[in-house]
Amino acid sequence: MAHVEDMKTRVRLLEHGVDNVHSSSFPGNYVGSDDSWSMDKFTKNFRIDVISLTHSELEFDMVGVDPAVANAFRRILLAEVPTMAIEKVSIFNNTSIIQDEILAHRLGLIPIKADPRIFEYREEVNTGDETGTGEDTIEFQLKVKCTKNPNASKDATDPDELYKNAKVTTEHFKWIPLENQEETYGPKAFAPVNKDILIAKLRPGQEIDLKMHCVKGIGKDHAKFSPVATASYRLMPEIILNEDITGERAKKLQQCFSSGVIDVEKRNGVPVAVVACPRRDTCGREVFSHDDLKDCVKLNRIRDHFIFSVESTGALRPEVLVSEAINILKSKCKTFQQDLDMLGNQNTDT
Amino acid sequence: MTDPDNKSSGRLGVVQTAQTTDNWDKSDCVTFVMHNEDHTLGNALRYMVMKDPDVEFCGYSVPHPTENRINFRIQTKGAPAGDVFGKGLANLSEVCDHIQQTFKDTIQKFKEGMDTQ
Repeated sequence: MAHVEDMKTRVRLLEHGVDNVHSSSFPGNYVGSDDSWSMDKFTKNFRIDVISLTHSELEFDMVGVDPAVANAFRRILLAEVPTMAIEKVSIFNNTSIIQDEILAHRLGLIPIKADPRIFEYREEVNTGDETGTGEDTIEFQLKVKCTKNPNASKDATDPDELYKNAKVTTEHFKWIPLENQEETYGPKAFAPVNKDILIAKLRPGQEIDLKMHCVKGIGKDHAKFSPVATASYRLMPEIILNEDITGERAKKLQQCFSSGVIDVEKRNGVPVAVVACPRRDTCGREVFSHDDLKDCVKLNRIRDHFIFSVESTGALRPEVLVSEAINILKSKCKTFQQDLDMLGNQNTDT
Repeated sequence: MTDPDNKSSGRLGVVQTAQTTDNWDKSDCVTFVMHNEDHTLGNALRYMVMKDPDVEFCGYSVPHPTENRINFRIQTKGAPAGDVFGKGLANLSEVCDHIQQTFKDTIQKFKEGMDTQ
């Protein structure tokens, strides 16, 4: 029974491969165990622990959920949580050495500080008129001209000192409120997340003059809409020592793992290896290359213990992104439930 | 650009297979065509449906990388496949509710903990 439990809940790391990779706890797979879905069981086992949270990064443990569901959240975070990004650029003048299309692409990738939830998707049909409305568009202007700095010292060689506006950065962005955006959201509601992103370098006489439209979109459509820099998970490692490992072998065992994973304690004057912090393990299998150690250690990963790491690009806080991702999965279910009902009704009508 | 929040119906289609009855909603073997979906919903839903003891087989495929849809097939031991499909969706959405609630509570607690420190 213990063996079956192991197969269900652990991914086993072996010297030359990985065992029990797939979820197998489905009804009918194991004789005498009830693997059918139970919400009670799920709520009892499920838990979330927050490890660290800053304005841009979140690490949390999600325990008691199948990889299929955890992976759905990860995929939604990457590709389906909307953000605002620059989609249209009208270039009136560009005499810098960067070509128009490169410049436009570069602008598109700049993260914009704006809550996408207050905006609508811009309709494809309406792209005939290029203006956009206050509900679906944020407009920025970038108008920079480089000139000589008359106050520069004679022996200056630094372009920043010799010229004015030698570097075009996101600080030069000017928000142009559309319709009543300024009254609704305040005077400085929208701007790029970072003020120091370098866009182009200019020399005296060169000029960039353009207008940009930010629209709402999702990462599936273009990576620039992805709200996260990374969103990933790994499984919680588990290290089991089958016997006491003492003396020189304890030191050797410690060396096989990342720092902090194995501690060497003195027990009755003898150094003994103990597992201190499996979380810090990177799941290397160095220990299996030592013949005197490989049979003493069992390396597992806990199948339903996900260590999520979400790093936001800055438009929304990471905990808001995760929350949005959960909502999106739910709304997918709701959409298809409604569709199923409608299809069912059509069928009974005929 | 596509609108992923599109609430209007028409993203679900049905292909009947190996049939004796005329109505697909009484059939025990149905392929559902889910438009604008991929592994994100497909795999999660497959897991929920496979957890149902009435299900003989459940699987999905992406028929072609350029076609934005999945074929989601359910074969049951007798129960109507449509009901099982609906049950899977309902379970998954219940799971989302619970995860959302737990997540919000945990974050709330964590933030309070940070404030007191």
